[in-house]
Amino acid sequence: MEQAELRAWEHKCIQEETPWCTAACPIHVDAREFCSLMAQRRWDKAWALLARTMPLPGVLARMCGGTCESACIRAQAGGAVGVSRLERFCADNSTHLPPPRPLPSRNKSVAVMGGGMTGLCAAWEMARRGFDVTLLCDAVGVGLRDLPDTVLPAGVLDREIASLRAMGVVIETGVQLSRSLIESLLEEKDAVFIDGNTVSEAGMLGEPDELTLGTRLAGLFASPADNAPPEFQAAAARRAANSVERFTQGVSMVSGRELEGPYQTRLFTSLTTVEPVAPVQGSSGWSEADARDEARRCLQCECMECVNVCEYLKHYKQYPKVYARRIYNNASIVMGTRQANTMINSCMLCGLCQAVCPEDFSMADLCLEARRSMVELGTMPPSTHEFALRDMAFANGDSCALARHAPAEDSSDYLFFPGCQLTASDPDGVHAAYADLRARLGRVGLMLRCCGAPAHWAGRQSLADQSLSILKGEWEQLGSPRIIAACPTCLKTLRQWLPDAEIVSHWSALRAMGLPGGARADGGTLTVGDPCSARHDTMLREDVRTLLDRLGVDTVEPELNGELAQCCGFGGLLAEANPELGQAVAQRRADELTKDFVTYCVMCRDRIARMGKRALHLYDLLYPGDGEPGSRPAPGYSDRRENRTRLCERLLRELWNTDQAEAEPHEAVQVAFTDEAARLMENRRILRSDVQKVLYHATRTGAQFVHDETDRLLASWRPSTVAYWVEYEPQNDGFMVHRAWCHRMRVRGGQS
Amino acid sequence: MSVIRVPEADAAGWRCAACDEPLVMRPVELEYLDALFNVELPTCPQCNRVFISEELALGKMHQVEQLLEDK
Ligand code: SF4
Ligand code: SF4
Ligand code: SF4
Ligand SMILES: [Zn+2]
Repeated sequence: MEQAELRAWEHKCIQEETPWCTAACPIHVDAREFCSLMAQRRWDKAWALLARTMPLPGVLARMCGGTCESACIRAQAGGAVGVSRLERFCADNSTHLPPPRPLPSRNKSVAVMGGGMTGLCAAWEMARRGFDVTLLCDAVGVGLRDLPDTVLPAGVLDREIASLRAMGVVIETGVQLSRSLIESLLEEKDAVFIDGNTVSEAGMLGEPDELTLGTRLAGLFASPADNAPPEFQAAAARRAANSVERFTQGVSMVSGRELEGPYQTRLFTSLTTVEPVAPVQGSSGWSEADARDEARRCLQCECMECVNVCEYLKHYKQYPKVYARRIYNNASIVMGTRQANTMINSCMLCGLCQAVCPEDFSMADLCLEARRSMVELGTMPPSTHEFALRDMAFANGDSCALARHAPAEDSSDYLFFPGCQLTASDPDGVHAAYADLRARLGRVGLMLRCCGAPAHWAGRQSLADQSLSILKGEWEQLGSPRIIAACPTCLKTLRQWLPDAEIVSHWSALRAMGLPGGARADGGTLTVGDPCSARHDTMLREDVRTLLDRLGVDTVEPELNGELAQCCGFGGLLAEANPELGQAVAQRRADELTKDFVTYCVMCRDRIARMGKRALHLYDLLYPGDGEPGSRPAPGYSDRRENRTRLCERLLRELWNTDQAEAEPHEAVQVAFTDEAARLMENRRILRSDVQKVLYHATRTGAQFVHDETDRLLASWRPSTVAYWVEYEPQNDGFMVHRAWCHRMRVRGGQS
Repeated sequence: MSVIRVPEADAAGWRCAACDEPLVMRPVELEYLDALFNVELPTCPQCNRVFISEELALGKMHQVEQLLEDK
């Protein structure tokens, strides 16, 4: 990723944008954080926050007109948060703080003329920044002196004036402005500022520039005589201080000043789940509980739309803007640990984030791109996707894959493509489905293989292309028939990479053809879960609902479904890269179910079933076996492989009178597993065939360890990149396996 | 290269079945992704077969493998 691309990604995620209140506030008080502290009754902390941003906080906090409230989006749910009233409450109920400590002196002197709100604020702002400030005025606190106690309690103003002095401001009163005074001050000082609201003679200087408050005289700045509300006067003072700083530093007076004063924010905050709450009444005499309740009405505005719906984004505790930077940094590491590898490989590539994001941010695109470049640069951890890619190779190998016309036919009108996972989970269903399609549509060929999605998800584009070109070649050999695909991921993948093919879903076909003969019609009420791969396929989702309706199923829709469908944790190979998170994802989806689950993606079905829920694939209703639908187990990795092989063998034998290629010698080894061993193997991605290979070699070579007490044997074998260890004992004609483990590290000198 | 000792490598109770020999601790070279380690592991003194315990494989060894993969 180039730096410019990173910037573009970062810009796209608006989570860090300023909330409406702060953007609208002329001096950008962090009202969101202020409300958060007030809601926790941390009055002193809240006051410290105000005093950090406000000049003359004791005065301004009580006099602010509440400009932010006109922008507050709580207005759409009961009424704007009363930030200005909260500020007054805070000023009245917190401990007074000493004035801020000015920055070290810049050895630059500024004269501020006028003792009204703007002049006092300007003196404050400039003193804070380390200017030597002289305040020249007729009288200090013009317009602030005679206010009733309810507005400005006695003593507050004088305390802030004392603070000004403590910050080093020299105050001279009884001074009258004149042309010659300005001229001599300009000679003597580095800059001069005139408070246009207090010093009426300022008018003779003409209107100051809107952006810089500069006048026709270099070094002379003035605020307009507009009698604006106090917060705008404070903003003018800050603008003047910024200009004086730029002027005395000799840098550009105009560049990068867009965020001074009120501006528009790009933030998005959803109000869909926000209950309206009316503001706390009254403006004075609030109790602490009143203030807290009003502050609690603040929505703590932020976006987080994607994080709220994605367990993966939530897991890493931040949001896409931060992730984009982490991914960028990860790629720039030359020496050292790449901390973000697992994060990059844990995205399910499901597209839900983009669907909910107001700015269309696609974490999937970001992560897939990152994976591809890791593969290209050779920095992709070899173990992450190896098991899944081996499984894909197996599904495409001789024992599982086939591409044929229907028996006794030499052409195909259609080609049934059930997909390698449906075949792995429900071989009988696939068998029945193929029979049904042939019976009703005639010349329907069959292709058993993987669509290539795992390679695509792993960022191995060349592997995906290679697999696809074989698939394409076989499809063309069959005469490029229309493809009937059953798996939504296959549908999506094939449509993307095989644009020449006409592809329909099995569900569309069944909708047109009518239900198959043996379909069950005792549906009941089920929660219909769309898989993430059907997110952009409205037709597919409709077809499925039509079929469910015809099956007599009443459907309940989960909250996140359809275009907002969640992934089950299989997508993007999450379950391989990060098994615990994959588990949490499936658990979350299972927990949200109110009824038994029905879906049309077999991975969703199997993963939800494994969470202990009753879960059905549509095939369980359309092409049911003998058992209770939904009771079919979710097969483990070894059984999935075996299911594919058996189905392929069975079809070849039954339909094409062909015998499968010879079995490999290790397949003859008889093995049984304790429950514990079976569990360990599933978690550690150890297959039955891996164990058979170990035992086959151990019996041939005799290379084993034996345990003195248990008499159990232990042997190891490394078929390629992983060494497998098996602890076992002989039993009847074969072996009982007690434990199995594996590692990738190799003993130098050849031991497997 | 200094020899690393790991308590997880323990092979208590196991002997080489082929040679009928108890295992002894010997320095063994382990390699992964261009990294080489010298580790003391239970080994058959006769046929030099190295024993890698479940605890070692899934603990220290796995950690190091992951670390090297992220380098
Ligand atoms: S939805 Fe997510 S990615 Fe999009 S702006 Fe909000 S936080 Fe950022
Ligand atoms: S709800 Fe709170 S954070 Fe949002 S705009 Fe209003 S005051 Fe600001
Ligand atoms: S898992 Fe899905 S929703 Fe979450 S970040 Fe990845 S693509 Fe987006
Ligand atoms: Zn030996």
